Amino acid sequence: MTYGIAMAAILITMGLALVRASRGPTVFDRILALNMFGTKTVLLIAVIGFLTDRPDFLDLALVYALMNFIGVVGVLRFSKYGHFADPDPDETS
Amino acid sequence: MALDVITAILVIAGALFAVIGGVGLLRLPDFFTRIHGAGITDTLGAGLILTGLMFQAGVSLILVKLILILLFLWLTSPTATHALARAALESGLEPRLSDEEEVTPSNP
Repeated sequence: MTYGIAMAAILITMGLALVRASRGPTVFDRILALNMFGTKTVLLIAVIGFLTDRPDFLDLALVYALMNFIGVVGVLRFSKYGHFADPDPDETS
Repeated sequence: MALDVITAILVIAGALFAVIGGVGLLRLPDFFTRIHGAGITDTLGAGLILTGLMFQAGVSLILVKLILILLFLWLTSPTATHALARAALESGLEPRLSDEEEVTPSNP
């Protein structure tokens, strides 16, 4: 019961984040919404693991938390520099 | 039994904060204010839900994994948000101040 309510709330939040990601208006709004979507995915996997009594799902949640961070930072670098290479040392502030 | 009640309270409170943060992400007027909404779900929502799940785990490997997930979320989410805000500021996005003119399309 508790896990069902939590799953419904997390799914609603993921939907709201998707609406914001599709509306924009700037690229940073979209990245913020995607970051939140990833965090909610981690929570959803953990709650599903407890709901179905399979705690192995926590490993997936752990991996997803790390992948989400790397993805967000990668997209940020791309949106700032336009490429994935190392920035010029003179260019950085 | 008492642990189940504690879990229910914490998990439902976390779910509530997650929905509140989602509504804030959708409704707030500006990118820099929307960060507040995302911050609620990333720290308080995730923290309460995972802490509630910890009471079901007992002292085991599952507890260690839950604590690790919580630590990673609490370390990486504010870092990503901070990098995002700095990138937005450096790209020329200005925070909307209260005494500026409205930038809605209905007020040209």
